[in-house]
Amino acid sequence: MSESASEAAVGLARRWLLPRSVLSGILCVLAAFAIGALLIAAIGRDPVLAYLSLFEASLGSTNGLAETAIRTVPLAFCGIGIALAFRAGVFNVGAEGQLFIGGVAAAWMGLQLGGQPQWLVLPAMGLAAAVAGAGWSAIAGVLKLRFRADELITTIMLNYIAIYFVGYLLHGPLQDPGSPLARTARLATEARLPMLLEGTRLHAGLLLVVVVAIVAQVFLWRSVAGFRLRAVGHNARAAENTGMNVKAALWTGFLICGALSGLAGFSEVAGVQRRMIENLSPGFGYTAIIVALLGQTNPLGVLAAAVLFAALQIGSTTMESAAGVPSALTTVIQALVVLLLIGQNALPRLFRRRAVAGS
Amino acid sequence: MEFLADPVLAGFIAASVRLSIPILLAALGGMFAEKSGVLNIGLEGMMLIGCFTGFITVHWSGNLWLGAGVAVLIGAIAGLGLAFYAVTLRSNQVVVGIAFNLLMLGVSAYFFRLAFGSGTASPRITPFAPIDFGPLGEIPILGPLLFQHDPLTYLSLALVVGGWLVMQRSTIGLSIKAVGEHPEAAETLGLDPIAIRYAAVAVSGALAGLGGAFLSISATGVFLDNMTAGRGYIALAILILGRRHPFGVLVAALLFGAAEALQLRAQLLPSGVPLQFLIMLPYVLTIVVLAVSSTRSGAPAALGQPYEKGGG
Repeated sequence: MSESASEAAVGLARRWLLPRSVLSGILCVLAAFAIGALLIAAIGRDPVLAYLSLFEASLGSTNGLAETAIRTVPLAFCGIGIALAFRAGVFNVGAEGQLFIGGVAAAWMGLQLGGQPQWLVLPAMGLAAAVAGAGWSAIAGVLKLRFRADELITTIMLNYIAIYFVGYLLHGPLQDPGSPLARTARLATEARLPMLLEGTRLHAGLLLVVVVAIVAQVFLWRSVAGFRLRAVGHNARAAENTGMNVKAALWTGFLICGALSGLAGFSEVAGVQRRMIENLSPGFGYTAIIVALLGQTNPLGVLAAAVLFAALQIGSTTMESAAGVPSALTTVIQALVVLLLIGQNALPRLFRRRAVAGS
Repeated sequence: MEFLADPVLAGFIAASVRLSIPILLAALGGMFAEKSGVLNIGLEGMMLIGCFTGFITVHWSGNLWLGAGVAVLIGAIAGLGLAFYAVTLRSNQVVVGIAFNLLMLGVSAYFFRLAFGSGTASPRITPFAPIDFGPLGEIPILGPLLFQHDPLTYLSLALVVGGWLVMQRSTIGLSIKAVGEHPEAAETLGLDPIAIRYAAVAVSGALAGLGGAFLSISATGVFLDNMTAGRGYIALAILILGRRHPFGVLVAALLFGAAEALQLRAQLLPSGVPLQFLIMLPYVLTIVVLAVSSTRSGAPAALGQPYEKGGG
């Protein structure tokens, strides 16, 4: 094939099959796995065996797939919320706290309505979680828009405050009367998400998050509010000069992130734990920041990134026992993917500067 | 005045100081980076890698000071890595910092497991021992506050004074602040903003690394996965609460240290006050300070903004 023809073919593939952002994401994932393989080989283990056992465990069986899907749900909920906030230029690091507040609100509502029909209880719980999560995020919104307090720090502080506040509730007013443990009573069957697959723990939260991802994708790229969100995030001053309501866009970012993170708490409570507990999340809200970045802040991309991260996390313990590779390798790979992606995004800028400096 | 000699109170005060040192050192480091205009979200990761490398060095060599030195060195190298992204590649400093922290979490846990296997018996070292000040340590309040600590604690307090001297009383501090306020103007004065920012972030990494090492080689004698547990993020809050001033940072760190110590000593509280609300206080206070100083006063003008030579 001549050079120009192959170039044209690559160009065509880029435009129609793989948009540039998807291509660069895949490239970074592959490169991170390659570096991971070097780390495995360096300690005298077999990279092929390690990766095979990793993905065999997370994707190679019904149960593995179900566990990966379960892990995907909170990561994708939070990740999509964070991504939309990023699009508006809001650095909401508060998904973790919003998840906890959403979870406790869902559990409270579920306990209040225990015994009512499921079609009433579950939506009420989801709504309570979304409203509570959005309300918690709105604190950071008020602090930013009214008091000009940087949301980066306020959301981190609000995470700690949320977790201590939930701790107070679980040791106090909401504590299971029949137990000394810091947790709520068990939710009634009506207040639990339906199971999707016999013999696994897969719950209907997966369907919910897929719908949310599709709606968010359409919202971001096909709606007026989504356009405003992107315009404000891209250049707030320019957007304001064209008469856009910058505050409304920022509020959208804060509230959507809070609501979706709250739903992550709801799905963990109603789908997995069946009650509110103190350790509801092993840092989903923080990992989701990385997931949002890897997904290039595109809702569907975030969903795909969440599946990858979930698979890595689910398969990591099997990799450790089968191939003797410490499970933390998957954390290294997750971080490398994003650092490579950031570096790659910066490269054109770097070369442009070099060229200017050299001229 | 019986309660002044209460052993529980004395223990609380001593623990407050002990728990404030790691976050104090990290915040002191963060001060250098932020004054130069770089937001170092990677403090958490630098603490963790210092915590790990300090521990493993002591475990292998038996030399506590060597462990502290290695933690400082590795922290500084990690700082240079972050500076490459934040200063040279001009990436978003928040994003890079968060990814960086995840990398350090993975790397430290990976190599710890390699070195010691996944057995249940966690390896131990003998940590720094408190200096014996004799009767001085028995003085109520002041004893546990000042005279019951190990050499690393006193080194940390000396570093606060050192940080103050460098920042407020030296041309180095002046250069750092110039670069953080107005890098273009600083460059016309013959300063190199890129080099100064690299150096400032490396120093912040070194201090954060030492802060992390304090957890493993001074406070406990063990290393655990994710041992820093978000202390690097708390250091960012301390910077705000302490107005990015070394002595302000010291006071703010003591406040957060006291909140952490309180978690283990709920019995000190008058009954009826939920423990969680007291522990929340420093976090709430940080938000209040941030909200009240609405014009971000105290923050360098060019904080978080990458600098491009020759304008851009």
